[in-house]
Amino acid sequence: MMMKQPDSALLHAFADGQLEAAEHTDVAQWLTSHPEAAAEVAAWQAQSAAMHAAYDPMLDDAVPPHLLAAAHGGRAAAAGSRWGMAAAIGWLAIGLVGGFIAGRNTDTAPTTTAQIPLARQAAVAHAVYAPEVRHPVEVGADQRDHLLGWLSKRLGHPIVAPALEALGYQLVGGRLLSGPAGPGALLMYEDASGERLTLFVGADTDESATAFRFAEHDKVNVFYWVDAGYGYALSGTLPREQLLTVATAVYRALNP
Amino acid sequence: MIDAEALIAELPRLRRYGRALLGDVARADDLVQDTIERALRKAAHWQGGNLRAWLLTLMHNVFVNQVRRNDALRGASEADAVELAMRDASSDGLGLRDLDRAMQTLSADHREILLLVGLENLRYEEIAGVLDVPIGTVMSRLSRARTQLKAQLDGSPARPALTRVK
Repeated sequence: MMMKQPDSALLHAFADGQLEAAEHTDVAQWLTSHPEAAAEVAAWQAQSAAMHAAYDPMLDDAVPPHLLAAAHGGRAAAAGSRWGMAAAIGWLAIGLVGGFIAGRNTDTAPTTTAQIPLARQAAVAHAVYAPEVRHPVEVGADQRDHLLGWLSKRLGHPIVAPALEALGYQLVGGRLLSGPAGPGALLMYEDASGERLTLFVGADTDESATAFRFAEHDKVNVFYWVDAGYGYALSGTLPREQLLTVATAVYRALNP
Repeated sequence: MIDAEALIAELPRLRRYGRALLGDVARADDLVQDTIERALRKAAHWQGGNLRAWLLTLMHNVFVNQVRRNDALRGASEADAVELAMRDASSDGLGLRDLDRAMQTLSADHREILLLVGLENLRYEEIAGVLDVPIGTVMSRLSRARTQLKAQLDGSPARPALTRVK
């Protein structure tokens, strides 16, 4: 039996797949003889499809650490399996949009490093050691185990050198420095073009900085975050977006 | 009790929704953070069931209470325009940027209804619950929103979008 003209609500429900099977079939049949209504329904469905096409890429973007921390009740990142899932979900893709995942402070002017002692220290250390040709590090990557064991012992905290080969960076080595709150570790990386990045690690209990924060100091860009009582600062002269991509990879590697 | 991992599993979708609603990633993340915090405060009230719909309800309330009141009309940041431009360049020319731009010209009510239906695929009854409006309002709002979006996409804003100016 041919149904009578469906009302607007029924057509929308049809377009959105919200009808029972029998009713859906009835409307579909009615539409075959009403091309104008069928075109309208198709246009609505195209709108929904376009929304998915436009916004679904967000699903693959890295979830900023501060949101992951918030989901854990605002606690700073803790070690353990809870973060495993966060990593699996949040870090599926490190996209082109690096600059936009930094979170709350992306709209604001960069923090000056003066406000963040460890970030400042990291920027200064980068500026001092990154251009160094002969002695950029105390212990080279050829003695990786020795380097990490030594730094871990001096900081009283396991120091891990994240693998950044996938992004084109090889570990050069590291050195021991003094940080704002005790000893600090500086790990240096380099890509094939000689571009250097440094990762500074030191004790830091600034719990407010669980999010990625960005700072700059004399043309050195720094991404900085705090995790379980230690501050991490990745410094380089790369543009902010590229540096954030690396910072994201570092964070992921440190929170597997 | 809400499992943190269940909450985390919803984060990418909440961010997507917030981004589409607000036109700006940073502000979307602020909205998501406020939503999560509210969810954890109200966790004892959660009766179980559809966590996503419940979170979207909280997000809607946060949005209405805070963001919309203050600065919902602020345009997308330049950074977002770049982001979308990059995605446009890698797409098959569906005019994603155009869609986003058209979406942002709509009223917040219309954006919400379009996103809850088209992106989140919630049932109309669930949407009535999320927005706390009668289902008749859901249907009439959906119909108007689709007409508005079509007009924007066709480049013929014969009836200008009902943007809220406060």
